[in-house]
Amino acid sequence: MATKASRSAARLMMAPAVVLLLGWMLVPLSMTVWFSFRKFLPLRGGDLGWAGWENYSRFVSSSSFWPAVSTTLIIVGSVLVVTVVLGVLLALLLDQPFWGRGIVRILVIAPFFVMPTVSALVWKNMFMDPTNGLLAYLWRLFGAEPLAWLSEASKESIVMIIAWRWLPFATLILLTAIQSLDNEQLEAAEMDGAGPLQRFGHIILPHLGRAITIVILIQTIFLLSIFAEIFVTTGGAFGTRTLTYLIFQRVLESQNVGLGSAGGVYAIILANIVALFLMRIVGRNLDA
Amino acid sequence: MGQIRLEQVTKSFGEVQVIQPLDLTLEDGEFTVFVGPSGCGKSTLLRLIAGLEDVSSGRILIDGKDATALVPAKRGLAMVFQSYALYPHMSVRRNIAFPLRMARMSRAEIDRRVEEAAEVLNLREYLDRRPGQLSGGQRQRVAIGRAIVREPAAFLFDEPLSNLDAALRVGMRMEISELHKKLGTTMIYVTHDQVEAMTMADRIVVLQGGIIEQVGSPLELYQRPCNQFVAGFIGSPRMNLIEGPEAAREGATTLGIRPEHLRLSRSEGPWEGTVGVSEHLGSDTFLHIHGIPGCDPFTVRASGEVDLRHGDAVFLTPDRARLHRFDAEGRRIE
Repeated sequence: MATKASRSAARLMMAPAVVLLLGWMLVPLSMTVWFSFRKFLPLRGGDLGWAGWENYSRFVSSSSFWPAVSTTLIIVGSVLVVTVVLGVLLALLLDQPFWGRGIVRILVIAPFFVMPTVSALVWKNMFMDPTNGLLAYLWRLFGAEPLAWLSEASKESIVMIIAWRWLPFATLILLTAIQSLDNEQLEAAEMDGAGPLQRFGHIILPHLGRAITIVILIQTIFLLSIFAEIFVTTGGAFGTRTLTYLIFQRVLESQNVGLGSAGGVYAIILANIVALFLMRIVGRNLDA
Repeated sequence: MGQIRLEQVTKSFGEVQVIQPLDLTLEDGEFTVFVGPSGCGKSTLLRLIAGLEDVSSGRILIDGKDATALVPAKRGLAMVFQSYALYPHMSVRRNIAFPLRMARMSRAEIDRRVEEAAEVLNLREYLDRRPGQLSGGQRQRVAIGRAIVREPAAFLFDEPLSNLDAALRVGMRMEISELHKKLGTTMIYVTHDQVEAMTMADRIVVLQGGIIEQVGSPLELYQRPCNQFVAGFIGSPRMNLIEGPEAAREGATTLGIRPEHLRLSRSEGPWEGTVGVSEHLGSDTFLHIHGIPGCDPFTVRASGEVDLRHGDAVFLTPDRARLHRFDAEGRRIE
């Protein structure tokens, strides 16, 4: 990449990829923005012309909007807390030498390979079913009344299903981070009189800061758009309607593309607010 | 106070015994260097003393008290690691203060000690920097600072200078020696570099294969190596070891003579050879001589002005009082 000719050649070679990626991103985005300003009802007359800001005001003034936003934040937040806390503990555990560690490590990653729809169905039918589920069986074993998980503890159930799927991801990243910790640092801390808990708090946890940041950022991006787990289990009932799910209902169940698109634009704004917020708190771990 | 005694200490990793039963007493205030080739067990021995490894058998006594079962923090020793092992997310000040905070010392006392250490080690201006913003020598000083604030019974150094460049290493060597004079605390220093051992130590412990070969002051080891291994390991350039009839005539299996104890002549001497490569250091010239039976190449230390070229014939006369004789097992013959 030294001469003028090679630089312009490089630009030319990269152009197709750049144009494709840009189009890939810009076309759906601009279409969403375009539809959000139209009155577009596919089964009731199609595109009925310019709507101005009406879709936007209707989407926000709907009684389901704010509950959906709070449900989204609660579910995303809880999954983040569960996966990071358990992920750190699991990573610590898997870092210890024990017999069969290689196989256990592979098994731990396994849930991440299960498709979201499949994992949700398995949880719903095999574990959480109030009559035939394993958990119901366990409850009865101790003489307790089985819980109708998805209706009585719906948010918790959804968080459990999603956290189960994302825990391996967090564990894997945190495990590699723990393995990169210089052992002499831990020994130095031991010589300096730090007990196991102090070594964890003063050496291991700060060392994991960057990895935790990455886990939180990546997971947030994916968790804001979770859909299959809700669609398969509660169908958005029992207070599990997230913003993504609400948009889906507006577009497909109410057949109102304009209204759904306005919701999509709100979702983009919400995602950016969350991202900005996260960057503020944890982003400083990424430099240095 | 910091007398350390090892009694019949051994260490095995699985089947392999890396430290053979070993007795050693390190006196209070002494600067002891463990030296030996890599894999000789010197670092393991240091880690046994530190408590980072458990002994397989035997006892470790610190100031007369049995410390074999004590955790590292309770032994009152401080260690400087090869990689410095500074805590990267803490400032220099917090790094140095860390052992004191762990000991739950009062704020005022911590501040006082950190300032004092920073003064001794010239780290004042760097107290608020992170380790990542310091040079190798400065990091080394921070690691030493973290060790001295605890006012330990003894300091343990694990090859602390091996990550520094040559010029800095000479400087740090002096600084550590100065520090030892100033504090008067027991220090144990592990290195594979015999120059470091010779220049810094009060006493050198030469190790090989988990066995102590010889313990003594630098000059004792230089003048009277008790076996062939020590003779070859201590001194630079290495001692010439001659085998065969030349050695047999002196009643030994191996005959040792240091490069600096030979007289060089163009006309006469008992040993004749031809000059090979010569290394000119300015003050000295190291000549590699070929053709002397029983030892090839033979090294001679000559003055810097010596005028000999590749291929010249030379004669060598050893200083007979400084010949070292070794028997078939490599032991010194008096």
